[in-house]
Amino acid sequence: MLELKNINYSVKNNDNLVQILNNINLTFNKGITVITGQNGTGKSTLIKLIMNLINPTAGKVFYNGLDITDLTIDEHANLGFTLSFQQPIRFKGITVRDLLNIANSKNNKLSDACEYLSKVGMCAKDYIDREVDGTLSGGELKRIELAMALAKGGEVFLFDEPEAGIDLWSFDDLISIFKNLQDKIVIIVSHQEKIIQCADKVVVLDNNGYNVYNHIEALDKIKKAQCGKLGGKNE
Amino acid sequence: MNKLTSIDKELLAQIADLHKIPEGSYNIRKDGELFARNSSSDIEIVSKKNKPGIDIIVKSGVKNKSVHIPVIVAKSGFKDIVYNDFYIGNNAEVTIVAGCGIHNNSSKESGHDGIHSFHIGKNAKVTYIEKHLALGNGSGGKILNPVTKITMEKSSFFEIQTIQLGGVSYSNRNTVASLKDNAELVIKEKILTTDNQEAKTNFKVNLLGKNCKCNVISRSVAKDNSRQIFKSNLIGKAECFGRVECDAILLGNASVKSIPEIDAQSVDASLNHEATVGKIAGEQLLKLMTLGLNEKEAEEVIIKGYLR
Repeated sequence: MLELKNINYSVKNNDNLVQILNNINLTFNKGITVITGQNGTGKSTLIKLIMNLINPTAGKVFYNGLDITDLTIDEHANLGFTLSFQQPIRFKGITVRDLLNIANSKNNKLSDACEYLSKVGMCAKDYIDREVDGTLSGGELKRIELAMALAKGGEVFLFDEPEAGIDLWSFDDLISIFKNLQDKIVIIVSHQEKIIQCADKVVVLDNNGYNVYNHIEALDKIKKAQCGKLGGKNE
Repeated sequence: MNKLTSIDKELLAQIADLHKIPEGSYNIRKDGELFARNSSSDIEIVSKKNKPGIDIIVKSGVKNKSVHIPVIVAKSGFKDIVYNDFYIGNNAEVTIVAGCGIHNNSSKESGHDGIHSFHIGKNAKVTYIEKHLALGNGSGGKILNPVTKITMEKSSFFEIQTIQLGGVSYSNRNTVASLKDNAELVIKEKILTTDNQEAKTNFKVNLLGKNCKCNVISRSVAKDNSRQIFKSNLIGKAECFGRVECDAILLGNASVKSIPEIDAQSVDASLNHEATVGKIAGEQLLKLMTLGLNEKEAEEVIIKGYLR
């Protein structure tokens, strides 16, 4: 079980203190939680706080009762936390195989790589020795990013907008990746209806705070909010 | 013939990937003297008469051949200077593996200045690999000043890979090339400096012929208090293409100065340069740490990839 207790996060903008997250108290159990909400409401910040890429201004994070707030990123990783970035990182001279070897701590053969890359719709033979650099498209980099998360494995998976850059034809593959992780704690930042539909729990962030719904309630709220913005009846 | 010491063997393995005396043509020079040579009918190696060094003559039309010409400086305080001329015949295809290894455990200064001239025939295709390495814990300098002069005939191809991955306290590398019609030159440089080392490189390429091309790719890592100066100058005098890409990673108190110069003297010359100097991108470190590496391990992976 992953618990966020009284989490606050604020940043300084000139002389003003801007509150990004205010007193967040959430519990994540095994299954899929989707975090959604408008741009700028702190969704990615929340995921980064869990992995300690950024430190909360106040509050604590507990994992199975252990206070992990101050553990380093690699300590989180070795405890079973796996993060898939919203924007994949490019490297010079580092290949897909190199990253796989780091992710699962072994010398991956083509057949090993195939196990992970095929799940994201890629042929290992074509990609295993490619450098993870600007010669790959945004969509290819995103798929490789997801494959790295699968190769690493773990108990707590954090996906930051996994659908970004993935073409519509591959969406079902993406959904099946998440469904196969249902015995883990899976937290996904997403705006996509199809992904929200597969959630056990949906956290909707807004500028005033947050609410927790099941996916039917959440989609209903989102549709009503959109409708209201477009001038329809906000019922 | 004297036997190779274990240090010699280590140097040869690292600078020329040689784990034993190679097959084919080779010339091994140790402490200013010929140590071993094999000259063949395809690739002839002849000692110079008026100064130290050799002529390497590759016959026209020779295909898929290689020649190794490593140099070892193992005597402390020895300063070697050598003049090697390469004559590559028309249509020949050859790989040349050079390189210098210095071992110096003393407080005296050891060094090697290799002055190489290449005459590349029409349609010839040459890959030239030059590795530099110094070992030993002495306080004495380990100095390398390679000079490479390249003349490329029509439609020839020359790729030069220079690799300096440690131990060299001071290097000053000067490369000058002239290209005729349709000739193509690729320069790939990799340099790692640490401690108080200093490395200077200077490329000057004259793009003289129609449709000739030059691509310079330099990647370097400067650690500790080391200093690097990279200077390149592409001069386009015809319808030609030239590009310089210089990337450097800085760590500790190191410094890197990059001076890319392009000089288009023809309206049809297309030249560009890109230079990036800075510390390792924080997001690269973060990504590798999310895969379980600590910061130091992540840094090593990034540098290793960068200099691969």
